[in-house]
Amino acid sequence: MSKSKADKYRKVAYYPGCALEGTGHAYDRSTRQVGKALGLDLVEVPNWNCCGAMEAKNIDPKVQTYLSSRIMSITANKMGMDVVMAPCNGCYHNLKKAEYDLAHDPKSAEVVGQLAGKAGETAYQAGQVESIHALEWIKSAIGEEGLRERIRGGLKGLRVANYYGCMYTRPRHIFPEKDAGPGSESTAKPHFMDDLLAAAGAQNVEFALKTACCGGAHTLSDSDMSTRLVLNILQAAEAAGAEVIATECPTCHSGLEMHQVRAEKRFGKKTQVKIVYFTQLLGIALGLSPRKVGLHENVSDGLAALKRRGAA
Amino acid sequence: MRALGQIEERLGELLDAAPSAAHAAELLRLGEEVLEHWVAAHGQRPTEELREGFRLLALHRQGALDEPSFNACRETCRELVYHYNLLISEPDRSDAGRRALMMARLANHLYLFVAGKLQVSQLGEFCCASRPLRAQADGPG
Repeated sequence: MSKSKADKYRKVAYYPGCALEGTGHAYDRSTRQVGKALGLDLVEVPNWNCCGAMEAKNIDPKVQTYLSSRIMSITANKMGMDVVMAPCNGCYHNLKKAEYDLAHDPKSAEVVGQLAGKAGETAYQAGQVESIHALEWIKSAIGEEGLRERIRGGLKGLRVANYYGCMYTRPRHIFPEKDAGPGSESTAKPHFMDDLLAAAGAQNVEFALKTACCGGAHTLSDSDMSTRLVLNILQAAEAAGAEVIATECPTCHSGLEMHQVRAEKRFGKKTQVKIVYFTQLLGIALGLSPRKVGLHENVSDGLAALKRRGAA
Repeated sequence: MRALGQIEERLGELLDAAPSAAHAAELLRLGEEVLEHWVAAHGQRPTEELREGFRLLALHRQGALDEPSFNACRETCRELVYHYNLLISEPDRSDAGRRALMMARLANHLYLFVAGKLQVSQLGEFCCASRPLRAQADGPG
């Protein structure tokens, strides 16, 4: 008999990815702390590498497929595990894309086999591992009911706009488990973060730009355009009544934070909404200290918003 | 079809003046004009057809053919239509002003996304689901 998702996700391989060692350190820290508080086990993938991000993909997509497949190969063939969790949208997207390519494109499988052979490693075979995002991990392993039982204090009606970014749901064909009926995630209107934060005591606002592009890929080559896209997202969140924007990707998060500052300096447009990782919000709701979930590492002062609500 | 600069200017005016339900049709039209620019820039004639009752959705579909990364604005277009429907069906609701402002933000996002994508079209795709430049450089085969 197959294990339920809740059982299956209790102990998973953890692939933090490069961003979580740098600008997204607070996301790594809060993800680990929340996992611990919820009784979930994360086993870090040993000797992990970059997933190929956007750079490798634009030069040679098959190299990116190999790099991502190597994470899944280590998970399956060295760790003996069948689920790998990636909190970063970029990593998650690339693992799912590699899985899709290897299952549907014989040429990709051939190139991955050759590169793995040269590196003296076992090539990943499609279907060996399931790649999940941190949202799916907590939603399936604990769920809203389980979360409510563990909440200490909660978010006390904090008004939150949930921002998923563009890579969590796109392109749809690499996420076959989404749009799969009741209980599954939606690619048009994702809701897992909304569900978890509502269970933690937040009041989610109706936010029309939850999957809109933030211009992250062009933050260096066309900074003004990225700043204007981000500013529009921030202003829309404020118009929706949000005190906080919850994020679930280190690239989106740092883009929103940095361009919020830049929008004020470059265009004189100041916005007040704070940017906080959803894992930081869950950690606070679970009774963890702001320091433990790394709120002091954020550029945006989310702690002030939480204190105003009496949630921290 | 207005120039992109004129579209930007009008959106700025609407955002500054706090739009109302009465601006729903104009905001939808501005969204269509933004997509017309994208389609025309790709050497095609902007469609007059409707999809699910809206030209905006038909234009998005036309713009996304052979350009999968253009789907990054699919939900923005659908939300624009959704907000139009909300405003048309309940123009006197107490929060109609907030809905109209959100619709203006959506139209503005569509403008920024498409205008940015047109600006950098020679540098590569605007979003992360990009088609590799290498494929273009190497040519077929």
